[in-house]
Parts: sequence; structure tokens; C-alpha cells
Amino acid sequence: MAEPVIATAAAVPVLAGTTAGGSVPEGLAAADSAKAGSVLAEAAAVSAEADSAPAPDSAALYRTVRLIRGFEQRAIELVRSRVIFGGIHPYTGQEAIAAGTCAALRADDLITSTHRGHGHVLAKGADPARMMAELAGRSTGLNRGRGGSMHAADFGIGILGANAIVGAAAPIATGAAWAARCAGSDRVVLTYFGDGAVSQGVVLETFNLAALWRAPVVFVCENNGFATTTRTQDAVAGSITARAEAFGIPAERVDGMDPEAVFAATARAVARARREEGPTLLECITYRHDAHHTWEHSARPRYRTPEEIELGRGVDPLDIQGARIDVARREQIDAEVEELLEAAVRFALDSPHPDPATALDFLYADGTTARAGAL
Amino acid sequence: MTILSYLKALNRAIGDEMERDPAVCVFGEDVRVAVSNVTSGLVKRFGPERVLDMPISEQAFTGVATGAAMAGARPVIEYQIPALLFIAFEQIVNQAHKFSLMTGGQTSVPVTYLVPSSGSRDGWAGQHSDHPYSLFAHVGVKTVVPATPADAYGLLVTAIRDDDPVVVFAPAGAMGRRADVDLARLAPVPLGLGRIHRPGSDVTVVAVGHLVHDALEVAEELADTVDVEVFDPRSLYPFDWQGLAASLERTGRLVVVDDSNRSCGIGGEVLATAAETMRLVAPPRRVTRPDGAVLPFAEGLDRALQPTREQLRHAIQGVMKAGTTG
Repeated sequence: MAEPVIATAAAVPVLAGTTAGGSVPEGLAAADSAKAGSVLAEAAAVSAEADSAPAPDSAALYRTVRLIRGFEQRAIELVRSRVIFGGIHPYTGQEAIAAGTCAALRADDLITSTHRGHGHVLAKGADPARMMAELAGRSTGLNRGRGGSMHAADFGIGILGANAIVGAAAPIATGAAWAARCAGSDRVVLTYFGDGAVSQGVVLETFNLAALWRAPVVFVCENNGFATTTRTQDAVAGSITARAEAFGIPAERVDGMDPEAVFAATARAVARARREEGPTLLECITYRHDAHHTWEHSARPRYRTPEEIELGRGVDPLDIQGARIDVARREQIDAEVEELLEAAVRFALDSPHPDPATALDFLYADGTTARAGAL
Repeated sequence: MTILSYLKALNRAIGDEMERDPAVCVFGEDVRVAVSNVTSGLVKRFGPERVLDMPISEQAFTGVATGAAMAGARPVIEYQIPALLFIAFEQIVNQAHKFSLMTGGQTSVPVTYLVPSSGSRDGWAGQHSDHPYSLFAHVGVKTVVPATPADAYGLLVTAIRDDDPVVVFAPAGAMGRRADVDLARLAPVPLGLGRIHRPGSDVTVVAVGHLVHDALEVAEELADTVDVEVFDPRSLYPFDWQGLAASLERTGRLVVVDDSNRSCGIGGEVLATAAETMRLVAPPRRVTRPDGAVLPFAEGLDRALQPTREQLRHAIQGVMKAGTTG
């Protein structure tokens, strides 16, 4: 088993946030005033730092958008040629969110992702070659071919897994944030979900807990206008930001097509979380250029008009971010990314398929073996 | 020797593990006041940072436990009502249980889900009286049903130390049990190792949870005519198939008594496995709740759906008869 994200030995649960929530019976909260004083001083210093928001690295943001776009294009080709089994949920068009949010995180911060997770996982720093191998179901993949597109995880760099159940990662992220703080770290956990997830009870329950505990969590809602084919306005009563605000969580609508706007908003939310001021919701307004799932490429369900799609594709984070750097630099990045992705595809195709005899490996951490299905 | 109650054994196991490992923490509803008594005294000993009262929000806090476990904590969740497992089923079965395999072994989820007073409690009616251990065994979540105070202690300790999710069902019918034990000799009990409470040579009765005590009583009642072996699997997943096979080598006859619904219940699995791979000299039988049972409120109706000693006696006698004539 890989090293735990937070070493168990250090995980002495000391949950500062419970006292903040006011739910501790009198006399039980062991307040150390000297320690509290130093925490406040530190918080003030961090706060001053955060007020001068860091400048975005435009070229790095462009590179991430370019990487995700190129990765998705190749993945779609590999679905068509049946190298990728099943299909994928393309992230094309939404890259600004992954690029902008992850750029505002430290390397040791954590994320949880969704069924449309390639962008998040790549932006957090996963190796594109091992990611592509995972999508192709190879034993060299991030999850040794056990997770595929919807479950890509890399715990070594703080990716606690993409999750195929809409909304299910929100409590997981909040639990990781709680445990991180118990272990004395100032890590922040950023969790992605789509507009469909804001109608999942567990997400709203999680807002409640995260706000009560002032958990260092950033909730990132990627509102692409559709829960599969159902328009947001047909599925979501009220506003998405108001749902978080009802729990006392500050919420902000962000231009989710602009990597630098996403970066700035995330940097503010992350700084708040690190100052122990609690969670933030960012509702990133975006547009999915491609299908909900590659299954659409053949089934062609009609839920948006060609005109709408054309209009949506006209707004492209690749162009928006590309315009911010000079042409020579852009071409250089394009070439580097192309080379990287060529190598990623080669690596995936050259990698072995897992041995079918190992299909239930990793089911139990202690190696408990499951009985076979036939004698 | 000291008299140890089943309830106190659970409480002691959590306290000992919190003492031993600072990563162990308790999540649940009303756990600080310890409404169910299972967590009595823990907040005083370990503080509110490690004993967390949760809002009525089972899905969220069960999911939170998964994330916390992946980040180094070892949460023990107390659910006051077994039916709450249905609300948290997604988080346990679809998330916690699947993470290890889906991530290719990158993580594990050491959460213990403790369900005190599982099964029928007097007068709690349909939504408080299920005993859904078979569901968890079916999906492959480690599932434990201790029958005695010493096993309640030993199995809960093991569950907390286990790196995988484990559901521990403490049957309502066993919660009042007391036993004379040497506290110094309380020890972890491994999962997947059954216990023979009473050796016998004619028929093996596999009894789950509190029904072990019923089986022992019936065995004594029948002692003049049938020599009953009472086998308590203690954990339903993993199950001690070797132990059962060894018992059936001696007896060749099998009855299972299990307080869950008949269809797709653990009783059916035990019969099927025995029929496939073990020595049987007579058709086996099982005593369970009826198919699809929902326990009604009225006392007589509630009792009417639970496995009874009379049914068990009848099943044992039937198996003996079939073995003799067939």
C-alpha cells in the first residue's frame, strides 16, 4: 500500500474547527491561549500575504489548457479505435477550470475529482503517460488499470480519486480536510462537482458540516449548463451560490472559460481556507464543447441545437489564454505538449494488459482473498 | 474474574483502541452524551476533538469518514439504528469498500461502522428492526456479528485495527448478555475464525449473533437424543469455511439459524457452500426470518417473524430424521 496522504503517526486528531462551531460542551475545549495567540499572528501574516494576490503564470496556465485539450483529443481517438474500452466523458471546453484551480494549489494540497476528471488529474500534475495507460486499461496506469477514466487517482501527488457517483466526493474531501487539520497541516482540499451534484442531498449535507467545522475545503462547481442532457434551469431551483450561502459559505460566480479568472478566485478561496476561515464555493460557468460521454458520438441525442454548440465552442479557453502569451512561446509550448502526448500514447499502447488472474487484487488492504465465482 | 456486559465490552474496545492509537476517533449522533451508552466516558477521556457529535446527516458523515480514513484517521462510526445503514449504503459499499481496488491499491479505508442493537428491539417497528448483515456480506464488506461480550470486545478491536471498512453488528438480542471474564485476557479476535461453543457429533448448528445462545439452549434441551455442535462463525465475511467443513466432517448434518430475511441471506449461502463442497449426509435446513420481512409493531407479530427455538428444534429433528431414513 502507498504511504498514507497524511502519516498515521502524525494524525493526532485535534480538530480546531469543532470549537469554532460552538458545539463543544463547556469545559471540554482545551483552550491554550498562548498557542491560540500564535495561530492568530500567523493567520494575520498569511492574510496580509493573500491580499496581494499572486500573479498568474500565463504561460503555465496556457500549457495546462493545451495539455488537457490535446490529451482529450487523443483519448477520443483511442475510444474510436477501441483502444479505450467503454468511452470517456470529454472535458473539452472546460479546461480553464482545472488549469486555474490547480495553479492556485500547493503541491501538497489535495483534490477529489468527478467522472469528467481527466483535466483535474492532469492539472494537479499526474503523468500524462500513466494517465493514458490507465484509460487504456493497462497495468502501468495510475490505478494499474483498475480505475479507468472515471476513477483516476494518484495519491502520491494528492489526487484522492475521480468519482463516478455525482456528488459523492464532497464529503470525502471534507473528511480529508478534517484529518489533514487534525494532523497539524495547513493543507487545503479542493473538490470538483458539476451542476447536477447540487441537487444531491449529500452535497448539501456536506456544506453544513464543512461550514460548521470551518473545514479547509474549496467547493468547485463546474456549471456547464447540463446534467447529462437536462438543462440546469430544469433541474436546479434557486441559484447554486445561494445553496452554499444558506449554510454561511461564501460563494462566487466565476467565468469558467477564463483560466486567470478561475485562478484568482481560487487563490482567494484557498487563502481563506488556509487562514481557517472555512470553505468557499466557486460556481464556474463553463461550456462543454464535446459530448457528455463519447457514447453521444454514435447515439447523437438531441438536447442542444447546432447553433448553440457553435456559439459555445466560439468561447475557447485555449484562445483566451493563448492570446495572453506571445506567439513564439505559444508555438513552443504547443510543440512540447505534442511531443509529450505522442510519448504518452506510445507508452499506453506499448504497456501490457493486466493479467486476468489478478482481477480481484487490491480488493482488501490486508490481502484477504475473495472466493472464486465458480469451482 | 469480572462480570463484563456486552455493552461494556464494546465501550471498552473503543476506549482501549483510542488509547492505543491517536488516529482512532468516534463519529456519530449523540456520541458525546452517549445516548446508547456505547460511547460512555469517551469524550471525557479523549476530548471533543476525537469524539464528534454529528448532525442528523448520515450520508455526509459516513462519506467524511471515508475521506478522513484515506488521510490517516481511523474513524469508528456509531449508528443508533440499523436502518441508517440503508441511508449510508452508498458511502460504505460504493465508496469506502471500492476505493482500494479502484485505485489499484493506492489507498485503503479503515473505517469501522458499529451498529449496536441491530435487529428487533421491543416495539420499534418496521424502520428500526432490520438486521441487514447479509447485504454487507453479499457485497464483500467485512461483516462481523459477535455473540458474547468477549467476542464483542475482540472483534471490535480487530475491526478498528483492520485497514479495510468493517461493519460490526451488535444484535439487540445480545446487548444484555453478561459473562464472567478475565479482563486481562481480553484479546483481539481475528476475522474469519469461527468458534465452537459446544462440540457435538450429530448435527452442526451454525448460529449467527444472539441466536448462538438460543442454539445452545436448544442443544441442551435435545442433549438426550441429539448431540448438537454449535458453530458461531463470528464474522460472516470473511467466513470460516474451513472451520465449518471440519465440523461437518464430524457431523455431516447442517442447520443454520440466522435472524435475517430468507432470500439471499447468509443462511442460504452457508447451505449452498456446504452442499457444493462439504460432507453432508442429509439435506440441510435453515431457520430465518421470512422472505422480505418487515417487522410489524405489535409484540406478537414482531416475534412471529423472528427465528424461534421451536423452529430450530424442529429443523434439527428434521435433519436428523432425514439423515437416518435417507
